[in-house]
Amino acid sequence: MEGGLMHLFLVVLGATLLRWCVSLNSYSGAQTPPIYGDYEAQRHWMEITYNLPITEWYVNTTNNDLLYWGLDYPPLTAYHSWLCGAVASVVNSTWVSLWDSRGTESYTHKLFMRSTVIVADLLVYIPAVIVYFTLTRKLTSTRDRLLTSLVVLLYPGIVLIDHGHFQYNCISLGFTVWAVIALEWGHDLLGSVAFCLALNYKQMELYHAMPFFCYLLGSSFRTKTENRFFKLAKIGLVVIMTFALCWLPFLYDKDLALQLLQRLFPFARGIYEDKVANVWCSLAVVIKLKQLLSLDSVIRLCLCTTLAALLPSSLDLLLRPTVERLKLALVNSSLVFFLFSFQVHEKSILIATLPVCLLLHERPFECMWFLLVATFSMFPLLIKDGLVLPYIGTTLLFYTLMVSSLDMGPVAIYLPGSGTTESPSKQWTPSLKAVMFWSSMLGCVGLSVASLTIMPPTSLPDLFPVLISVYSCGHFLLFTLYFHWWQLSCDVEPSKSEVKSRTTQKSNTKKKRL
Amino acid sequence: MATSFWNVAATFTFVKLLLIPSYHSTDFEVHRNWLAVTHSLPMNKWYYEKTSEWTLDYPPFFALFEFVLSHFARAFDPNMLIVKNLNYASPATVVFQRLSVIVTDFVYIFAVKEFCFHCLKPARRGSGSDVFTHPSFILAVLLMGNFGLLIVDHIHFQYNGFLFGVMLLSIVRIYQGRNLEGALYFATLLNFKHIYVYIAPAYFMYLLRNYCFKSSKKDGSVIWTSFSFLHFARLGTIVVLIFGLSFGPYISMGQLPQVLSRLFPFKRGLCHAYWAPNFWALYNVADKAASIKGLHSGFLSQSNHTNQASMTGGLVQEFQHAVLPSIAPVVTLILTVLSIIPAVVHHWRYPNGPRGFLRCLILCAFASFVFGWHVHEKAILMIIIPLSLLALEKKRDAQVFLVLSTTGHLSLFPLLFTQAETPIKICLMLMYTIYAFITVSGLFRIPSGRLRLPLLTKLESLYVIGLLALEIYCSLLHSVLGLQQFYPFIPLLLTSVYCAVGVIYCWLMFYWLTLTEKYVESNVKLE
Repeated sequence: MEGGLMHLFLVVLGATLLRWCVSLNSYSGAQTPPIYGDYEAQRHWMEITYNLPITEWYVNTTNNDLLYWGLDYPPLTAYHSWLCGAVASVVNSTWVSLWDSRGTESYTHKLFMRSTVIVADLLVYIPAVIVYFTLTRKLTSTRDRLLTSLVVLLYPGIVLIDHGHFQYNCISLGFTVWAVIALEWGHDLLGSVAFCLALNYKQMELYHAMPFFCYLLGSSFRTKTENRFFKLAKIGLVVIMTFALCWLPFLYDKDLALQLLQRLFPFARGIYEDKVANVWCSLAVVIKLKQLLSLDSVIRLCLCTTLAALLPSSLDLLLRPTVERLKLALVNSSLVFFLFSFQVHEKSILIATLPVCLLLHERPFECMWFLLVATFSMFPLLIKDGLVLPYIGTTLLFYTLMVSSLDMGPVAIYLPGSGTTESPSKQWTPSLKAVMFWSSMLGCVGLSVASLTIMPPTSLPDLFPVLISVYSCGHFLLFTLYFHWWQLSCDVEPSKSEVKSRTTQKSNTKKKRL
Repeated sequence: MATSFWNVAATFTFVKLLLIPSYHSTDFEVHRNWLAVTHSLPMNKWYYEKTSEWTLDYPPFFALFEFVLSHFARAFDPNMLIVKNLNYASPATVVFQRLSVIVTDFVYIFAVKEFCFHCLKPARRGSGSDVFTHPSFILAVLLMGNFGLLIVDHIHFQYNGFLFGVMLLSIVRIYQGRNLEGALYFATLLNFKHIYVYIAPAYFMYLLRNYCFKSSKKDGSVIWTSFSFLHFARLGTIVVLIFGLSFGPYISMGQLPQVLSRLFPFKRGLCHAYWAPNFWALYNVADKAASIKGLHSGFLSQSNHTNQASMTGGLVQEFQHAVLPSIAPVVTLILTVLSIIPAVVHHWRYPNGPRGFLRCLILCAFASFVFGWHVHEKAILMIIIPLSLLALEKKRDAQVFLVLSTTGHLSLFPLLFTQAETPIKICLMLMYTIYAFITVSGLFRIPSGRLRLPLLTKLESLYVIGLLALEIYCSLLHSVLGLQQFYPFIPLLLTSVYCAVGVIYCWLMFYWLTLTEKYVESNVKLE
């Protein structure tokens, strides 16, 4: 029964089980009135969208106090909230009654909220990851494909934030995976639609926008089968149509559309919120940019550095557009945005972890290292949410499954539990990579233990979050360099199999037309 | 192989870590109370203390086990060790108690490793170097990932993993021919939890027949003159020593009657609150059906019937059957003993080595489950776990194992009734069952046919698929149809009756497989 439907079912069950176990834990802002956290934000959006007319969703009115978790995500999130709100009103109408439902928390309500995330995950992200790895050509056996998808689905970062902290990243990230799948199979239009959906679910997906843009532009110019400008125009039209459809109810009124835009990009909030492992926050240990420069010049500084850092990977992709490079450029672009852009959340690192997950089978060791550090960079947030226990459990589980099911290459003998090399007799002089990895992990463990057990001095209450940010930021900078190097040094021409499959596909579609 | 074994062990340990925040039953408080009692009172008060209704009712070794644990507990939260702190469950207490189960599970993990590496004679070796189809790997997953153990220990809360670890270890030692060690472990196990006394006849017969009598004739019958008094004396010494260590202090304090009265409370009813799927579940239903029929035709008065209804309401109490004769504890004991006798006698006549012993042990566990007094549904694990050890060796055993594990595990569903844990139990159950069917049938190279699950007959397949339908009805349709209000007991009743049929079928089938097995000399050869 190798590769049967039942094996696939096992993967889905495993992913669901882990998600549900994490969801038993606490969530963002549990029992912390008056403002609560992301859980209440999402519930409040259900309340607002379900009760108010669509024109009032993004506008401050007597019934919609934007200062209390005002809706600031794009329309698809709003529609999704409306749908969840409608279901909630059937199950228990007090959960979404206007004004009265604020701060609703109960056993059954938590169950309801958690199930909405699981359903979204099961519909968008989980199938996307499984399809992606099932279609991957580099993995030859069905079992390897399913195992790799299971490992990726068990990646703690995304699971902890969605099913612990409480968000719906699985939808926007899932659509991004669907976009990559479509592009990989040569369906540029479908890919564009999928990515537009992702973007319209969460504006943070802009971190991924540049590579998609460069890839589509670059590949349109290199196309030989049809008119280049015609192809570009088609893509442009599809993008505009998708956006127009998503924004339709808000386009009647120019002011409303502008108000929506303003809600999506609130520049007034400051350069960063909590401690974030990016350059500006780490730099603040030495120089307080906030005090030296005006808000405008800070924004300009961020914009310039981000764009400058974005150039190498984007230009490379533009000139040599292959899907392989697209995935690497997605990593690079999102890392650059995370490190240099304005107003970054610690959770935004998830946007960088997604393409790394998609590259997991290419270089398992390096990707695993990055993924572990990325989860660690969110540790202060996880402490705040009471998610330390599931963080430990999921991370250890991820590591174990990772090293036992993927080929870690020459580093394998230094990773306990690695199943690929049975004879540890070989070289006992530790490789540089292994030493670096273990010292990096030791730092993570040390900082985690310290921030859980040691009380920081009263003069430095944020000591450990700042240390964790700086430590992770250093890693991310180095990883940015590494992934750039990877992107710039990978094969210039698309691999032969890719060309072949693309041409066979084209000929297949031609045959159908005939 | 060793690496992948430890990876499996690590994987399940981390899954257990993730289950820490899940719901825990009153057994959590039971064990918290025992920690407090053993920690803060002198030994001579342990079996007299009754501040909590959950008095200490396990044998002395378990009390000592709690006593040892309590010293670690102090580092987490000393308040859990105060006897008067009833229902105390601070986060640190929960983490400590859960961790104590997870850590003591390593006894079980060690025993599983010993069995997989030294005792397994699989029907077929795995294909080549592939770890995932290696029989030891499959058995390790089936044992460590056992659905019942995971939910009973790590959600419901008990220490079965540790106890089954000791049991498995004694089985392993017997497989290895280290009979005295096997006896030592089993005697210790009895002093941890006395429910294992039900499988003692198998140990008694095996050790008598294979250790005290040193040889058999060619056809397997006993050579009376080969009896070794030395071996008998050694065995006796070990058993007396262990029991002396355990009960000695209480005998010297003159507390033995008090301890025994705690260990054997006969005030409980024939059936547990939720009927275990055994013979008595069918008996109760037959009585119920007869009484309804009687009521309709006017044989019985109304007063009898109200008594009947309270039984199904789910309270632990003695109750009178309406039509069929009421059952006294001694009747269940007689039936249990009677149904064990053929197995034990067969083992005497055809001493088929450690595997014959294991079959006898399973039959003892079966008999006590099917006919025992106040049987808990959890006791099914005492059959499923040893049966897993045989499942990869013979096709027919595998068949019984698949039917019984699915039925038995499903009968554990009512144990977890909280909504938040429902997806967990469903996912885990499906994963275990699918994995078991795929891997076990893969090992015997048997594909699933039309309308038939692999290894199973059509009828068995129908029954197993019926379990799915049953669960859908009980957890979904019953309340959707609005019957929950009028007949709240129907889902539980259906589950135990339906599962009882499967359990009894498996029992008879396994009995038949064992009794038709003739003496094979090579079986007796030790590993």
